[in-house]
Amino acid sequence: MPGPFISDEQVAYARTLARDITEPIFGHIDKHTTVSVERTVLRWFGVEGVGAMGAPLVNLMVDRLQAAGVLNRGAAYWYGRALKMGASSPLDAVERLTAAPLEKLAPLPAAEEAAMKDEVRAEARAAVAELKARVAKRNALREEFPMGPAPHKYVIVATGNIYDDVDQARAAAQAGADVIAVIRSTAQSLLDYVPHGATTEGYGGTYATQENFRIMREALDDESKKLKRYVQLTNYSSGLCMAEIAFAAAWERLDMLLNDAMYGILFRDINLRRTFIDQYFSRRICALAGIIINTGEDNYITTADAYDAAHTVITSQFINERFAHRAGLKDWQLGIGHSYEIDPHRPDTLLLELSQAMLVRRCFPDAPLKYMPPTKHKETDIFFSHAYDVMADLVAVWTNQGIQLLGMMTEAMHTPLLADRYVALKAASYIHRAAKGIDREFTVREDGLIANRARAVWERAVKLLEECKADGMVAAIGRGRFGDVKRTETGGKGLEGVLERAKDYFNPFLEELESAK
Amino acid sequence: MAAGTPIRAYGDRRDDGVIQLSFTLPVPLSEKAKEAAKLFCQKLGLTEVKVAAAERAADNYTFFIAYAKTHVALDWAAIDTPELVIKKLGFDDLNALIEKEVGRRVVVFGACTGTDTHTVGIDAILNMKGFSGDYGLERYPWFEAFNLGSQVPNAELIRRAALKNADAVLVSQVVTQRDVHKDNSRQFIEEAKKAGVDKKMTLLLGGPRVDHKLALELGFHAGFGPGTKPSDVANFIVHQVLQRMGKEQRGQHWEGEPR
Repeated sequence: MPGPFISDEQVAYARTLARDITEPIFGHIDKHTTVSVERTVLRWFGVEGVGAMGAPLVNLMVDRLQAAGVLNRGAAYWYGRALKMGASSPLDAVERLTAAPLEKLAPLPAAEEAAMKDEVRAEARAAVAELKARVAKRNALREEFPMGPAPHKYVIVATGNIYDDVDQARAAAQAGADVIAVIRSTAQSLLDYVPHGATTEGYGGTYATQENFRIMREALDDESKKLKRYVQLTNYSSGLCMAEIAFAAAWERLDMLLNDAMYGILFRDINLRRTFIDQYFSRRICALAGIIINTGEDNYITTADAYDAAHTVITSQFINERFAHRAGLKDWQLGIGHSYEIDPHRPDTLLLELSQAMLVRRCFPDAPLKYMPPTKHKETDIFFSHAYDVMADLVAVWTNQGIQLLGMMTEAMHTPLLADRYVALKAASYIHRAAKGIDREFTVREDGLIANRARAVWERAVKLLEECKADGMVAAIGRGRFGDVKRTETGGKGLEGVLERAKDYFNPFLEELESAK
Repeated sequence: MAAGTPIRAYGDRRDDGVIQLSFTLPVPLSEKAKEAAKLFCQKLGLTEVKVAAAERAADNYTFFIAYAKTHVALDWAAIDTPELVIKKLGFDDLNALIEKEVGRRVVVFGACTGTDTHTVGIDAILNMKGFSGDYGLERYPWFEAFNLGSQVPNAELIRRAALKNADAVLVSQVVTQRDVHKDNSRQFIEEAKKAGVDKKMTLLLGGPRVDHKLALELGFHAGFGPGTKPSDVANFIVHQVLQRMGKEQRGQHWEGEPR
């Protein structure tokens, strides 16, 4: 490893601060649920499909329960009541629940209610087992066809049409890609439902739907077998449907998900309370399904200046890590995000970028880490941009990144052409091959620019953690400490979907997830 | 250059006509594919085609890099583009000009409107930091710049700008799939007309797939494409303000303006 730069005690202190910062938020998470969490519960019971007008059945059902003022007992409870009323299928249950005047439904006698809950618990356990079986199938394929060496080369497809995406993803895999990301249609994060079925029209990307996940994973399974090298698939568990997307991704055997505890708040103006509750349930699902999460700290330094705001990345990484551990995620599942974004017109930027990436590696030695390429200062001179990306390739292999999103030389112009991905993959393969082990050959002097810069960034990161602890996360976000974006606790989208849990709130999936090892 | 002198592409000596190009054909790499690439270039009117690289980009796609000669020659003198008559002013000089000639801060509003979430363009122009070593409008003491961020409804941007009697409004559009940027930009102009601000304010469109011509077609006063620096936009706006005030002639041209 390139450097200590800082002592183990200092790193441990940062972790303590992150724990103290997040603990009050869990007091809030444990008392609340959201419409999106409840819809996830219903999806897991097998409620799928859409009703008239194309609204997902889970939305119809949850909206009905919310309107009747009874959602705070948990959708699982009402699902059980519907089964008791004689519902023969999930669809039938939806119909019965939307027809009955729920608020007038008499409470069940205690013994009957306990028996009903046991039945629902048994059904939930079976559904969890089925999900685990699907994950096991994915893991078996990974064992049969091992992945290439890290850094895993990650590229994006974004045609808007899932079938065109499949062609592009196969081509990228053949050119050496290890991870395929299907970018979502712009503003999907603000939809309070998950669209249904295979989609062929999107803007700036392709809608994340369960069926689209299935289609793409099936194509990549096929390609993995042909290439005898497992190709991973990722999507975006962010926005108003974090947990539902996490469930759909887990069910369809995805390997990774973009999933950040604060990204939605800062960059999509989604309500802070809503995001904290949703991220917890979504991460519980990721933990169970062995999904690697990718956090979004790279976004801070595309809005704020990458040199001046470098410490906010480190601060946020510790907070994201704590949220993740608290949701049961293991270190190997933490694709902690950062990026190569310092203005290339400054002097010493290769050293500064190395310093930052080495500091992140120093703080999170057992996490795969997710490295993002330059975007903000990309130029339309593709030859310069290509050289610029190659420097990020070098930093990625030097600091043993687990996952590296490859920069595209046409970044500032258009969605990547097929050849752009090929050129990026060829260059990254070369650099990774050429410089493998460079970290073991060169030690970094503790009195040099790299170490001094790392210590300066560290000092500010710890100060910010201390500020977050003293004043609370909400206040820090309110002051625009992260990404120069200011948000309030009751602002943003989706607050109306947050509910206080009733005393007898029932969520057998949460029970299962929280007791899982 | 003397009038009537033809100009040709320059490779490594005058008038050799050498150009480079790269493209992909949806065929597997093979001798036949290389021949197809050569024919492709010849059909473009190129001669002495050298397919320098034929790379297997995927099983059924081959990526080519080719060098060839073109006989195309242009009459330099016949190219009609307005000459630059005013030199673009630097940060301090532009602030001084506003102070002296406008006598108040120039008010600018900007946002990514519609469903677009990509603020990188509007941030580069408006935020303090700027772009490529060129300060953003927020840094100019004689500008009052408001960056409303992303996914702002067109009507909201106009409403906010009208409240502050803005001199200029910047609309940034990054996502361009299925021409969503054009539809949204048209809607912005409709809203501006409805609010009666289209004659009072300078309406600017920016983005990676925007050019001046497109912006004019859509009803904006100017369009700024890739590579635009904040100082280009700042100069343009100040000249527009001075023209509205009658302190500068309309139809003047200067360095860095959109064309």
